[in-house]
Amino acid sequence: MKTLAELAAIREKMQNKVVIREGSASTRVVVGMATCGIAAGARPVLNAFVEGVVSANLSDKITVTQTGCIGICQYEPVVEIYEEGKEKVTYVKLDAAKAAEIVEKHLKGGKVVEEYTIGAYNN
Amino acid sequence: MIRTHVLVCGGTGCTSSGSVKIQDALNAEIAARGLAEEVKVVGTGCFGLCALGPIMIVYPEGTFYSCVTVDDVPEIVEEHFLKGRPVERLVYHETKSEDTKHAMSLSETSFYKKQKRVALRNCGVINPENIDEYIAMDGYQALGKVLTEMTPDDVIQTILDSGLRGRGGGGFPTGLKWKFASGNRGNVKKYVACNADEGDPGAFMDRSILEGDPHAVLEAMAIAGYAIGADEGFIYVRAEYPIAVHRLEVAIKQAREYGLLGKDIFGTGFNFDIELRFGAGAFVCGEETALMTSIEGNRGEPRPRPPFPAVKGLFGQPTVLNNVETYANITHIILNGVDWFKSMGTEKSKGTKVFALGGKITNTGLVEVPMGTTLREVVEEIGGGIPNGKKFKAAQTGGPSGGCIPASLIDTPIDYDNLLAIGSMMGSGGLIVMDEDTCMVDLARFFLDFTVDESCGKCTPCRVGTKRLLEILDKIIAGNGEMEDLDRLEELSNYIKSASLCGLGQTAPNPVLSTLRYFRDEYITHIVDKKCPAGVCKSLLQYKIDPVKCKGCTLCARKCPVNAISGTVKQPHVIDTSKCIKCGACLDGCKFDAIYKE
Repeated sequence: MKTLAELAAIREKMQNKVVIREGSASTRVVVGMATCGIAAGARPVLNAFVEGVVSANLSDKITVTQTGCIGICQYEPVVEIYEEGKEKVTYVKLDAAKAAEIVEKHLKGGKVVEEYTIGAYNN
Repeated sequence: MIRTHVLVCGGTGCTSSGSVKIQDALNAEIAARGLAEEVKVVGTGCFGLCALGPIMIVYPEGTFYSCVTVDDVPEIVEEHFLKGRPVERLVYHETKSEDTKHAMSLSETSFYKKQKRVALRNCGVINPENIDEYIAMDGYQALGKVLTEMTPDDVIQTILDSGLRGRGGGGFPTGLKWKFASGNRGNVKKYVACNADEGDPGAFMDRSILEGDPHAVLEAMAIAGYAIGADEGFIYVRAEYPIAVHRLEVAIKQAREYGLLGKDIFGTGFNFDIELRFGAGAFVCGEETALMTSIEGNRGEPRPRPPFPAVKGLFGQPTVLNNVETYANITHIILNGVDWFKSMGTEKSKGTKVFALGGKITNTGLVEVPMGTTLREVVEEIGGGIPNGKKFKAAQTGGPSGGCIPASLIDTPIDYDNLLAIGSMMGSGGLIVMDEDTCMVDLARFFLDFTVDESCGKCTPCRVGTKRLLEILDKIIAGNGEMEDLDRLEELSNYIKSASLCGLGQTAPNPVLSTLRYFRDEYITHIVDKKCPAGVCKSLLQYKIDPVKCKGCTLCARKCPVNAISGTVKQPHVIDTSKCIKCGACLDGCKFDAIYKE
């Protein structure tokens, strides 16, 4: 390494990978990973969210975590998104493709994907 | 894609309680569950809460597990990493909150709340064996800034203005040291040295910094090299710190590969490289002139000052020698500015100080607090107080060179000048807490025994004087003391302090003087009443059986290794004090509290 620019490049590349340890994120994506969730395919959904958030460089603002049974097993895989100052959004019956769409529209674009929310299924 | 980081403490404390095996087990279990692409295990430096080791933190949730065993690993991997349910029984109780889904953040617990981590910032956060993680935390930015934007004089002025004082004990202004060594740059061979010969019993601050954040020390030494015009550095580290040595070796290798040590750093024409030198564990080698003599390959003995190292140091050349923790502050001062640094601490002691908490305290471990924090806050709030409901009696700072702080002074704000004023010293940061079961005469004897052992023998006041001091203390402890001994102790102590060649001898009598100052009554009780109030000094103790409480169960008679206890069944027993060796086996064994010592 002979220049500051090279140092900055390593810093840039690595910061994304360690920012998870600072716990500064204001938005939480919580994936239901109880037995029912895993059986219904929650793991690909979880991985899709993680990949989407990292590749969008949003790791400092958004964390993706799992939780246990949310209690609505018939709707699994279930994902809840908590944003500071907003109401919780509950997405149901997701798969990896829908997850990628939610990253794109909701997490990046700020627009809730109504058709996948629990409200859409209840009506 | 990695979604979870598992940080496992790899400091010496947690390593000795088995954290390496836990890392291995985690990696095996994670692989077996097919989670290797999602969960990453990172070995870090010390988190500080050594009493609860082995420790791990799981991010992004920030779940804090303490006292983890290998047997817990499968459950953690399946329940937490796979299913997202933290294993409640292993979660550190202070981080549990009403809402179990949101573990409280570690920084809200009483252990961390009052701490301010500067020197320890990266300890427990990054993998010390991965230079990229250090760079992600703004590593080597300060060196870059210094080399490209600042003149050497700017650097020295910044350190001067910050008010940073040496963290190794003396508290000499670091910037001044650098300034003294800065003359005639480019025409004179100079050296930068790092004192990592941490020798105080109970101190492990520097060790933890080297283990948790070795690059911070390398980077700061390079900055010092630029400031004074040196191109070579030495770290003098104890050979009995194997983890610290290994991580330093890894760090130096990685820094060389990246060109952050070596020739023409950042293309600025500045050259700097660092070598390690291992100390064999002699306490005197922590003294700066002895340390440099040892680096040169000679027997570690001090020499008179002046000339000071800044004028005539390593190999007779101008040398800057700072302690590990001092260096660990440098990059933060360069990057965050003088005003930021000066916003912490007291008028004459800026910044923070790391303390190694030990002795009779609940949270044994490593803490970093702003200067001016009171001893009470450190002991009672951060340290969690004294275990088993005992009372705080005193704290020893500065190890064998320091003194004790009695309970009446527990509200003293800790900084260099306050500690000197009450007869102790900052020292490198060992803080040993004592409760009512500690005998202060015995404590003074313990530290003096250490300095007698560690005196290099070069000068008479230290070699002979400390030995005579120890003999007087032994006499008092054996019950043969006389009141005149107290005057003799004081007189001799003052001679040793004023006549010894180096810091070892000059400070060796401090434990005697400070215990005499604050606990003279205890000395007098030993001498006049021939009693040890804390029940420690064996010669002054007698074990006795209370005939009212004794049920005659014969247990004590069977436990006694020398058959000193006699009596018939269901009748009170008696101890023959001429046979008793005061081992205490009877007292520990008695179920009726009938045995006491006085």
